Amino acid sequence: MPVAVEDVLAGNRLALARLLSQIENDTAEGRQILNELFPHSGQAALIGVTGAPGTGKSSLVNQIAYHYRHPADGRQPKRVAVVAVDPSSPFSGGAVLGDRIRMHSLSGDPDVFIRSMASRGSLGGLARATAGLVQAFDAAGFEIILIETVGAGQAEVEIARLAHTTLVVEAPGLGDDVQAIKAGILEIADILVVNKADRPGVEQTERALRGMLQLAHPGKRQYHHGRLISAPEPEEKPLNEPEWVPPIQRTVATEGNGVSELLALIDQHRDYLKQTGELARREAARLTAEVDLLVEAGLVDRWRRGLANGWYQEVLARVMNREISPRQAAAKLTASKREEG
Amino acid sequence: MSQEKIRVIVAKPGLDGHDRGAKVVARALRDAGMEVIYTGLRQTPEMIAEAALQEDVDAVGLSVLSGAHMALVPRILELLKANGQDKVGVFIGGIIPDEDIPRLAEMGVAGVYGPGTRTDDIVQDIQKFAGQKS
Ligand SMILES: Nc1nc2c(ncn2[C@@H]2O[C@H](COP(=O)(O)OP(=O)(O)OP(=O)(O)O)[C@@H](O)[C@H]2O)c(=O)[nH]1
Ligand SMILES: [Mg+2]
Repeated sequence: MPVAVEDVLAGNRLALARLLSQIENDTAEGRQILNELFPHSGQAALIGVTGAPGTGKSSLVNQIAYHYRHPADGRQPKRVAVVAVDPSSPFSGGAVLGDRIRMHSLSGDPDVFIRSMASRGSLGGLARATAGLVQAFDAAGFEIILIETVGAGQAEVEIARLAHTTLVVEAPGLGDDVQAIKAGILEIADILVVNKADRPGVEQTERALRGMLQLAHPGKRQYHHGRLISAPEPEEKPLNEPEWVPPIQRTVATEGNGVSELLALIDQHRDYLKQTGELARREAARLTAEVDLLVEAGLVDRWRRGLANGWYQEVLARVMNREISPRQAAAKLTASKREEG
Repeated sequence: MSQEKIRVIVAKPGLDGHDRGAKVVARALRDAGMEVIYTGLRQTPEMIAEAALQEDVDAVGLSVLSGAHMALVPRILELLKANGQDKVGVFIGGIIPDEDIPRLAEMGVAGVYGPGTRTDDIVQDIQKFAGQKS
C-alpha cells in the first residue's frame, strides 16, 4: 500500500511506520517521499545516546523521553521519537531488537514514537537509513529525536555525526570498558553520563573519565572537536568564543535520578551550538557530505553503466599480470575515449 | 535485490511468570533471518498493538501460559484492526486447550503452537505467511 506524504505530515502513525520501512529498505517510493519531506525537516533536536552494551542506554532514553513529555517546570511537552539501533547477526542477517523492553513508561503516549532498527549490512547503509528515519521523524513534527546505538565503533561515530548532541554513557563495574572508551568515543561525546550511579565504583569511573577529558581538553583556549567532520579550523573562530568542555553527569536511569539535570545540560549544549553558530556549521557540513556522497555514487554508477562489456575485467587482468599499474588502469577505465594499448 | 526483512514482535502478554519460551522463539526467528522486536514480559494488548504499529511488523508472536488467551487475543486482534493492521499475522504459543484452537482460528489467528512445537515449524509458518501477504 503506497504511503501518502500528506498522511505522514498530518501525523498518521501507520503511514509514518510504513514510510520508515520503505526508508530502511531503500525503495524508490521511500526515496521519493523523503525528497518531498525534506523541506519540512530541520526543526528537531537530534540527540545521540551511545556507550558499551548494558550501560543503561535504553533505560536512560526512556527517562529522557519521559522528562521531555512531562516537564517539571511547566514548559510545553515536546513530541519525542526514538530510533534504537541494535546489531544484526552476521550469520543470519536477522536480529533480536530488545531496547523497547526498557521503554515501557512511554507506552500509550501518542506523541512518542519508538522505532527499533537492525544495523543490517553495510556501515554506509546504516548511516543512510538512520539519517532517513531521522529526517522522516523530523518532518512529521517530532521535536526531540533520540538515537540509541551500542558500542564505540565506526558506526557510532557515523551516527554521532548526525546528532547535534551526543551522550556517551558509562557505568561503573564494567571492568576495562573505560579503557575502551578512550579509543575515540570521547571525541564524539558532548556530554558524559555515568549511569548506574547507585552502584559501587562511581567515583572511580568518574575520576577516570575526568582524567581522560583533561587529556582531551588541556587548555581553555582549545577548540572543541565535537565532530570528526570537516569543520572550520580553530583559527577561524574568534578567540573569545566559549569552549564546550563535555560535562559529566551521574544518573540512575532505573529511578530517574539526575535526569532533570541531564536535560538541563542537553539544553545548555543546544544553546551553545546555536549561539556559536556551530549548529549551522555542523548542519552545513553534514548536508554537504551527504550531497557529495550521492554525487560520487551517482558518478560511479553512470561510469559503470557506460563501460563496454568486459573492458573492466580486461583491464583488471592486465593489472594482475603486472603489465600496467593500478593507476594506469584507473586512467584507462575513466578516460573519456577507450584507447587500446 | 530486495533488502526487505520479515519483522516480528515477540511479546508476553498477561501477568504470568517467565519468558523462556518466548526468548527461544525470538532467537530461532532471528537465526532464520528475521528482525525480532522483543518487548518482554507483562505486556498489555494496548502495548502490543502500539509496538506492532510503530515497528510496522508482518507478524505478532504471543506467548501465553496463563490461560488468559481467550480474553487477550480478541482484544489484540481488535486493536490491530483498529490501527489498520488487519494484515498482520498473529501467532500464539503456550498452553492452549485443544477446544480453543478452532475458536482462535475463527477469530483470525494464523497459528497456534503447543508445548513441544519445533521452532522450525513456527519459522516456516511465519515465512509462508509473510510471503503470501502483500
Ligand atoms: N542499578 C542500576 N541498574 C540499571 C541502571 N540503568 C539501567 N540499569 C539496568 O541495566 C540493565 C541494562 O539496561 P539497558 O537500559 O537495557 O542498557 P543498554 O545500554 O540499553 O543495553 P544494550 O542496548 O543491550 O546495550 C537493565 O537490567 C537495567 O535495569 C541504573 O541506573 N542502576
Ligand atoms: Mg539498549
